[in-house]
Amino acid sequence: MSKTLLKIENLKASIEGKEILKGINLEIKEGEVHAIMGPNGSGKSTLASVLAGRELFEVTDGKIQFLGKELLGMPPEERSREGLFLAFQYPVEIPGVSIVNFMKAAVSQHREHKGLKPLTAGEFLKMMQEKKELVEMEAKLNNRAVNEGFSGGEKKKNEVFQMAMLEPKLSILDETDSGLDIDALRIVASGVNKLKNSENSFLVITHYQRLLDYIVPDVVHVLYNGKIVKTGGKELALELEEKGYDWIKKEND
Amino acid sequence: MALVDDDKIISEYSSKEYEAGFVTDIETEVFAIGLNEDVIRALSAKKNEPEFMLEYRLNAYRKWITMKEPKWAHLKYTEPDFQAISYYAAPKNMPKFNSLDEVDPELLKTFAKLGVPLEEQKILAGVAVDVVMDSVSVHTSFREALKEKGIIFCSISDAIQEHPDLVKEYLSSVVPVSDNFYAALNSAVFTDGSFAYIPKGVRCPMELSTYFRINQANTGQFERTLLIADEGSYVSYLEGCTAPSRDENQLHAAVVEIVALKDAEVKYSTVQNWYPGDKEGKGGVYNFVTKRGICKGDNSKISWTQVETGSAVTWKYPSTILKGDNSVGEFYSVAVTNHFQQADTGTKMTHIGRNTKSTIISKGISLGHSNNSYRGLVKILPKASNARNYSQCDSLLIGSNCGAHTFPYIESENPTAIVEHEATTSKVSEDQVFYCNQRGLDTEQAISLIVNGFAKEVLNKLPMEFAVEAQKLLSLTLEGSVG
Repeated sequence: MSKTLLKIENLKASIEGKEILKGINLEIKEGEVHAIMGPNGSGKSTLASVLAGRELFEVTDGKIQFLGKELLGMPPEERSREGLFLAFQYPVEIPGVSIVNFMKAAVSQHREHKGLKPLTAGEFLKMMQEKKELVEMEAKLNNRAVNEGFSGGEKKKNEVFQMAMLEPKLSILDETDSGLDIDALRIVASGVNKLKNSENSFLVITHYQRLLDYIVPDVVHVLYNGKIVKTGGKELALELEEKGYDWIKKEND
Repeated sequence: MALVDDDKIISEYSSKEYEAGFVTDIETEVFAIGLNEDVIRALSAKKNEPEFMLEYRLNAYRKWITMKEPKWAHLKYTEPDFQAISYYAAPKNMPKFNSLDEVDPELLKTFAKLGVPLEEQKILAGVAVDVVMDSVSVHTSFREALKEKGIIFCSISDAIQEHPDLVKEYLSSVVPVSDNFYAALNSAVFTDGSFAYIPKGVRCPMELSTYFRINQANTGQFERTLLIADEGSYVSYLEGCTAPSRDENQLHAAVVEIVALKDAEVKYSTVQNWYPGDKEGKGGVYNFVTKRGICKGDNSKISWTQVETGSAVTWKYPSTILKGDNSVGEFYSVAVTNHFQQADTGTKMTHIGRNTKSTIISKGISLGHSNNSYRGLVKILPKASNARNYSQCDSLLIGSNCGAHTFPYIESENPTAIVEHEATTSKVSEDQVFYCNQRGLDTEQAISLIVNGFAKEVLNKLPMEFAVEAQKLLSLTLEGSVG
């Protein structure tokens, strides 16, 4: 039986006193792809932020275990080094910092954490090259500043590229499909699929089912009003696509 | 909501320690505090100066006592008590050194701590160094090798003794004695500094470098630098500075003059790391400096690059007078202020000749409760047809208690001139820091990366060996004892 990677128990979180997550329970095992769907404002992105350790949100109750370690209380950089990756919905620009330098700093932190020797410049550039090809990222992006002046598609490809570089155990894709045309969506999804193996897991957060045509989930959860109200197989996504979210709302309001 | 996190960032950065803040226990000869004509006479006699220098100093002193401290800068500080400062402090037992073995080992240790490449081994790496501790020049390396090319690189005291004609001709030819309050004071009391002369057509084969250090308490450092690049010559000059941590404010009032003759090029790079004072704003160096170059001949070029991370108060405008036709002036600056540091810095580009060109890139970074101002003047005189200027002033704020200000002045008296000015102000956002955190970088590394990215355009202008040091210094300035 495969190992449990992430276990969330009764997670409650709020922002400025307003409760957004109202008791989430979720277990993800190695090699699994989970999708979280739900209408706007249901708490999907909040869940992603809380998992990544954003301090904006106050966790008021619950427990999160990641690879057997307590995730809450761990600073965000530590979570990253432990193998948790968040592909941002709105990747931020960092002017003047080239992707090469950014990734060099990140990769060296990850390696140090694992007790590995730093890569030589040559090894690092070779790794960049391989991963770039894997996610079909244009070579020219290499020396550009992180996300600066990138199109929506380039930003998302850059997120998947960084994911490939850091080789996380758990990748959270926060509405990675938003703002993408169909070609960019296909490239991003195929990058993710190439990175998928029996030891890592994905948590795909999306509003629409179209991304799930490309990244096929093992489990689909419906998040509504801060709670997971329905869990099923990939056919649940299709059902939602067909019926919309209204029936979920009716069932739960 | 972002404010909460900004505050956290500030508090994390507010415990930075000043690494060069040690005091060297060394025997020092110090003049009694106070300034009058007798002190100047004694100082000049001490240095065995020719008569013209004494006259020069006395003239400067007499002008100085009639002048008032400038008040127009965006700075708040208590005016130094000029009678409470000693105007001469020199490490004892150090006449002239033939080799490093003769230098006081304590002094060598000081410079080793500072990373000054004094040791022969590092000298082989190709940096000629002049070291000025308190008031006197301690060591000038590589003098002989440079001599073969006809390059003179020595302390200004030596230059006064050995090359009085050059000193007489060029001293105060760019910064007149009465230029401003601090320049006048410096002219009256400067005790040492560096001097370089690059002869016609010579490309200086190595970076010339000076390190300044204030060690003694209650002393001011008034150094004087004079660089002369004769026709068709080239030189790259580096300057670095540190001081021990002291509770009282120390005064540093330097004057740098550069003369570039026809077809000559001078690159002048500074990494300034004077003690900035502590977290509460106590102590620190008052850095009141006049730096000016003149592109005297046609097709000459002067390029200033500065990384300013230290000093409690900085008042400094490295400027260029573009007199020769087709001459070029450049100013690249990164100024970081933290805690209660204040910087009012910028440049002045005076276009006199035709087809003259100037570029100004200024990057100000403010943290803590600091205030960082850019002040610049681009002046185009009537004969400067087709003059061009491009100015870009960017400010980066970290936290919400600091300030960034831009005071650009443009005076154009020639209709064919083109002057462009761009300015931006941005903040290190909590989003950017979190993005870096999520990739495995802690907040300190994140800020350092963001700041280095912001300043990249300028850092790229520094000579290699300085660029690394500057980057390290930037990180140190931002560093705190996180967690």
